[in-house]
Amino acid sequence: MKYKALIGLEMHCEISTTNTKVFSRSRNSFNECPNSNVRPLDMGFPGTLPVVNKEAVKKALTMSIILNCTQPEYLYFERKNYYYPDLPKGYQITQDTKPAPIGINGQLKYDCDGQFKIAQIDNIHLEEDTCSMDHYETFSTLDYNRAGVPLLELVTKPTFHNSKEAVSFLETMRNIYQYTNISEADSKKGQVRCDVNVSIMDENLDETDPKNWGTKVEIKNVNSFSGVKAVIDYEIKRQIKAKEDGTYDEMEQQTRRWDEETGTTIYMRNKVDAIDYRYFIEPNIPKFKISTNWLKDIKASIPKLAHERKETYMNDYKLSNYDAAILVKEKNISDYYEETIKCGADPKLASNWITSVILGYLNKELLNIDEIYVTPLMLKELIDMVNKGTISSKQGKEVLFKSLEEQKDPKTIVQESGMKQIGSSDEILKIVTEVLDENTENINKYKAGRSNVVDFLVGQVMKKTRGQANPTITRKMMIEEIEKR
Amino acid sequence: MKNNFKTIEQLHEELINGKITSQQLIDEAIKRSHKLQKECNAFVTILDDAQAHDISDNLLSGIPYGIKDNYSTKGILSTGSSNTLKDYIPFFNATAIDKLTTSGAIPVNKTVLDEFGMGGTGTTGHTGTVLNPWNKKHMCAGSSAGSACAVAAGVYPFATGSDTGDSIRKPAAYCGIVGYKPTYGMISRYGLFPFASSLDHCGVLTRNVKDAAIVVDNMKGKDKNDMTTWDSSQIHLRKSITGEVKGKKLCYIKELCDINNYKDADDTLKEHLKNFQATLDKCQKLGIEIKEESIDKRLLNAISSVYVVISCAEATSNMSNLTGIVFGPRSKKDNYIEMMKDYRTNGFCSLIKRRFIIGSYVLQKENKERYFYNAQKARRLIVDEWKKLFQKYDGVILPVGSGPAKYLDDKKNPQITNIKSLEEHLQVGNFGGFPSITIPNGFINNMPVGVNITGKCYDDANILNIAYALETSMNYKNQIAKEFDYEI
Repeated sequence: MKYKALIGLEMHCEISTTNTKVFSRSRNSFNECPNSNVRPLDMGFPGTLPVVNKEAVKKALTMSIILNCTQPEYLYFERKNYYYPDLPKGYQITQDTKPAPIGINGQLKYDCDGQFKIAQIDNIHLEEDTCSMDHYETFSTLDYNRAGVPLLELVTKPTFHNSKEAVSFLETMRNIYQYTNISEADSKKGQVRCDVNVSIMDENLDETDPKNWGTKVEIKNVNSFSGVKAVIDYEIKRQIKAKEDGTYDEMEQQTRRWDEETGTTIYMRNKVDAIDYRYFIEPNIPKFKISTNWLKDIKASIPKLAHERKETYMNDYKLSNYDAAILVKEKNISDYYEETIKCGADPKLASNWITSVILGYLNKELLNIDEIYVTPLMLKELIDMVNKGTISSKQGKEVLFKSLEEQKDPKTIVQESGMKQIGSSDEILKIVTEVLDENTENINKYKAGRSNVVDFLVGQVMKKTRGQANPTITRKMMIEEIEKR
Repeated sequence: MKNNFKTIEQLHEELINGKITSQQLIDEAIKRSHKLQKECNAFVTILDDAQAHDISDNLLSGIPYGIKDNYSTKGILSTGSSNTLKDYIPFFNATAIDKLTTSGAIPVNKTVLDEFGMGGTGTTGHTGTVLNPWNKKHMCAGSSAGSACAVAAGVYPFATGSDTGDSIRKPAAYCGIVGYKPTYGMISRYGLFPFASSLDHCGVLTRNVKDAAIVVDNMKGKDKNDMTTWDSSQIHLRKSITGEVKGKKLCYIKELCDINNYKDADDTLKEHLKNFQATLDKCQKLGIEIKEESIDKRLLNAISSVYVVISCAEATSNMSNLTGIVFGPRSKKDNYIEMMKDYRTNGFCSLIKRRFIIGSYVLQKENKERYFYNAQKARRLIVDEWKKLFQKYDGVILPVGSGPAKYLDDKKNPQITNIKSLEEHLQVGNFGGFPSITIPNGFINNMPVGVNITGKCYDDANILNIAYALETSMNYKNQIAKEFDYEI
């Protein structure tokens, strides 16, 4: 018997770009001294009240629109009641599905290995993050900096079939969060956390009919995309084994957790033990009318997203799918690229320089493109020098590396090192003649139809000039000279 | 005239003229506080070092007052009358207190309440029962028991209160004073320890209507820390009091006020309702039109259940922050679950714990539709019914409770059938957020009784003006409990 898996995701992503938290006026920023971004509300002091941060609502609505969700007419918040040391008020202000949260019933097109797929979105809602805990042998510490940070929880339908689809979707989402400047979406900073649910069913049954679905297993708190992949792969295997062992039917709907060390999922609780969160509408936040004009404004303010930029790069700038994909993968790289073009650089050349030299350097040095010395303007000037033939492209690469390493303007480097390209025909002709004299057998090969020997001969010229000969002129002259012999 | 009988305006006049000083008033209030504390146990804290304030144009400048102990007061113990906060000293003021401080009023004590405002007897505070200053065998009612007791005993002209069901208006009636709860959101709740957020109101207890208007003029206003507040800058309560009420219309509800509804009524109830009719006659003499209206008994009977369901549900959630970990006396148990359990088990009185269980029960998945959602629907129906009355009338006038203050020994209290709606109808004012004021309207068995007027939202000025005219036509304005009517 063959099986297929149905996978749903809950993706929690902090909104990291508002000035203040979602219901209090303390600063929303990461990585400061513990318990420094704290107002009385964040610690649940008696008598404190929540005040909604409109900027956070705007960003949440932006995401709702991008996900093609329906937005509610009125905004409500609800209380989710439970006791946990990381929850200072004893409840979390969030949005349940009734009344409608910030977005319901959406879908998103995403790219999975070059193939477009559609993910079905159940809902997206705005809530507050809890405080962060660290546990030690005999005590635990609580840091309330995170308590009240705005958090968007995106819930998909069981819409994915394997870990590749799920992770591609998550990567697309991270990308959107970054492009819209809603979040850095950095899992290293704990800004992105996922819950995953997995079930399997017989492959020949209709997956659009919920009756055919298998038993849902939810895995909580998976904090990296590689973790999501590992969880899904593990859980599918585990469930198939249960089918084959004949124990699948005994398996109950359950919640498990991912244990990174052993690479397994561990049973936490079944459906009967599920917590009843006793939701009710937050009485301290009056219902808020979301006007169609506001939605229109928000829609108009959504910046171009990665896939739109990619289309421009391919259609207008004639970049390859591969290069365009590399450039849009991270927003700041794409921004850098567009800035270089704005400075006047040729799009195709700018793409070549960025993808071949700069990205290689970033990977090697583990740097962010915003941290490098070379500005888009400097890159444009370097490209100009190569175009005008002031330096060869090989020299250009050397200069760019040097500029990145030594934090010096490329122009200064060229001046200081007296670099220039041999462009004069007389000088090149002298060396071309020299090379042909040394390689007479290649002339015969060329005449016999093996035109690729030209590459070898040009290479010899470059060797002799230590790369300073203009390659275009050299090639042209080389062919002319062979023909003459 | 003795200082403790004077109205805020009279005291202000004398402060301006230098006939008395703010420090004299404060010292007197502190002395009276200590005396009353021994007699009636009205205070959690007496602020012996309270300092005089410069006298300004503000009528409240230099005037001493009391703060119910569920208002957060910076640097001053604020317990909510609960063991769970018996050592809690806040580092911020409630907005309403900040505003009174800006006015120049000076707090001289923090008053006892039923624990976190839950309860209507004044018996559940962690410092013990508050006794009625008119007769110590009787309760003050609650939850603003200490505030009502202190104002009735002439400690100062006013004390703040909070009102979730009738917690200002009932103790005011039982203590023979004025209790006013303005429209929901007129006074910020920021810094008020919450009981049930959708029903909680800040308000005031005074000995006359004009004083109530003056105090609320100084407490109200839109607050950036409370989203439910609204801009009332165009409303001037004291200035709106003219005493001119000819042509105003009030109604009362037959199903609550007709003695024939109570087959086993005792003499007290009979007298109470008769006294209410006499008050209606006074209204008519003032030129106020009085009509009888009828409301479906099923709705009236639902009031107290709706209140229990909604207030308990919100309360269990609101008080979930009380774990003893960040503030409050931390338990010595060795893990957080045991710490929370120990703190909450020993910290709360049994009445609150019972309400928590009710609140959790009605919110549980399997019960929510039947109890919580139905209660919300009924709340809306009841409010709509009152709103219909407000289309025809300036307000609804009703007797407060079934008579004067109950005995603390419950065995002595009469058990009358069908009395619940009469006892609990003031909760409608909280369901709808309506402005609602109670004033004294007589005595039964030498104990004061009260009458309540409730109007439509934002119409506070109109309601106060009617209450003022009625108060002026009766003899109970500025009264002080006899035993405390002395020079100090």
